Amino acid sequence: MEQITSLVQIKGIRDGLLATFSDAPWEDQYLSLLAQIGERPAFFQGARLAIDVGSQILKVNDLVDLRDHLSERNITLWAVISESPTTEHTSQLLGLATRISKPRPQEKTHVDAASDDTALFVNKTLRSGTRIEFPGNIVVMGDVNPGAEIVAEGNVIVWGRVRGMIHAGAKGNRSAFICALDLSANQLRIADEVSAMLKPQKDPKPEIASINSEGRLQAELWHTG
Amino acid sequence: MTAQVITVTSGKGGVGKTTAVANLATALAADGKKVVCMDGDIGLRNLDVIMGLENRIVYDIVDVIEGRCKLKQAMIRDKHYPDLYLIPAAQTRDKNAVSPSDMTRICNDLRPDADFVIIDSPAGIERGFRNAIAPADRVLVVTNPEVSAVRDADRVVGILEAEEKGSPSLILNRLNPTLVRNNDMLSAEDVLDLLGIQLIGIVPEDESVIIGSNRGAPVVTDAKSRAGQAFRNIAKRLQGQEIPFMDLEQQGGLWGAIQKLTGRK
Ligand SMILES: Nc1ncnc2c1ncn2[C@@H]1O[C@H](COP(=O)(O)OP(=O)(O)O)[C@@H](O)[C@H]1O
Ligand SMILES: [Mg+2]
Repeated sequence: MEQITSLVQIKGIRDGLLATFSDAPWEDQYLSLLAQIGERPAFFQGARLAIDVGSQILKVNDLVDLRDHLSERNITLWAVISESPTTEHTSQLLGLATRISKPRPQEKTHVDAASDDTALFVNKTLRSGTRIEFPGNIVVMGDVNPGAEIVAEGNVIVWGRVRGMIHAGAKGNRSAFICALDLSANQLRIADEVSAMLKPQKDPKPEIASINSEGRLQAELWHTG
Repeated sequence: MTAQVITVTSGKGGVGKTTAVANLATALAADGKKVVCMDGDIGLRNLDVIMGLENRIVYDIVDVIEGRCKLKQAMIRDKHYPDLYLIPAAQTRDKNAVSPSDMTRICNDLRPDADFVIIDSPAGIERGFRNAIAPADRVLVVTNPEVSAVRDADRVVGILEAEEKGSPSLILNRLNPTLVRNNDMLSAEDVLDLLGIQLIGIVPEDESVIIGSNRGAPVVTDAKSRAGQAFRNIAKRLQGQEIPFMDLEQQGGLWGAIQKLTGRK
């Protein structure tokens, strides 16, 4: 028993609890986590749990099973941190966060986060229920369907149609922008501004949305240069 | 013989999965195929009712899994087609009585003696859904021309792609050409445009579907029904035949769009 329970390390973080898995077989660790919960139900009761699964490759079945077992015990699985692109993809499909804010002594000024030049490149259509979060820019080659969500601390560029929800400058960067070949989104947000519903166009043209000089979120035709 | 296992699913409930399974299984049997259909909706079984076989049930799928009977004993033979069988769901158990590997095992036992195994899936994307898709060689997603149904279908398609089940085919059920013409319903083009998967059939809204279900005689047995014709066509396409799409809408616009869209892979 001692051996099994030590497979998964659990600690408190700012956003709830974090369970860190090792490289041991997934089944064993999963049982170990449930065993630890069984031993200390009061500690876990009502908790928000993030898991760091290292390089484990997890499919939809694995994560849904875990999530079901946890929710039976009144624990909410909200984030999965992983080094494996497959696992990350699975988590996104299930609408789970794939990043958590690191515990830090002081809230740092968030405006500089998006000046970061890194971008996440997503080469597919995002279907309903998928959520992608990234601390930099996000580029999508495909559509963002209704029910999909994109949250970036920087800018969002979509080479396709946007009908889902996009939030750029999510940590407060008001100079972030969103552009797409067809921006008939059901909701756009930049920093804490929220757009009114954009009407689907018959003959869509590329558009860019940003916060204008009056402080309102506005979309206009996307002219390069 | 080695059966193809086809799972019918949707995400949203009430869109016509069970209706599609009963009709496709019956149409395939009418074409001389050996067909076994399985009700994967444990706890809410109703495929037996729609096929008119409810009062013949002795054993169900959970009895097979838990070893209380042999697989053959849980296979109920249809009243009209001797090569059509139903394996009913358990009514009084919950979905955790079945696992994805149980489903795979049962299907593997069925494969040598059948042409098609058709599985009805419950609504949702939880355990029952995962049980139903585990053994599938091919998945059919059923949706209605309705925003919420299409969104759930989109979610299911995303999960199927991630599970490497390949791209599913779409059955668009309950299309009402008059409503589409008046712009009161999503058109087939709107739905296909969003989902981006291959269309295998459009079934019109047709009250004979409900009449057939209530009589326990799937509508494909009604030669005059438009919905019956649509299901018969889908059954032929499942057998690999090229059957042109029915012209539900006399107007050229929608029709042209469907032909264009089905041409794309
Ligand atoms: N094409 C159709 N026209 C009219 N009614 C339909 C059609 N398809 C399904 N229905 C009706 O819709 C209801 C739900 O169908 P069902 O097959 O039970 O859905 P599901 O299995 O997806 O929950 C039933 O009452 C059925 O008779
Ligand atoms: Mg049903």
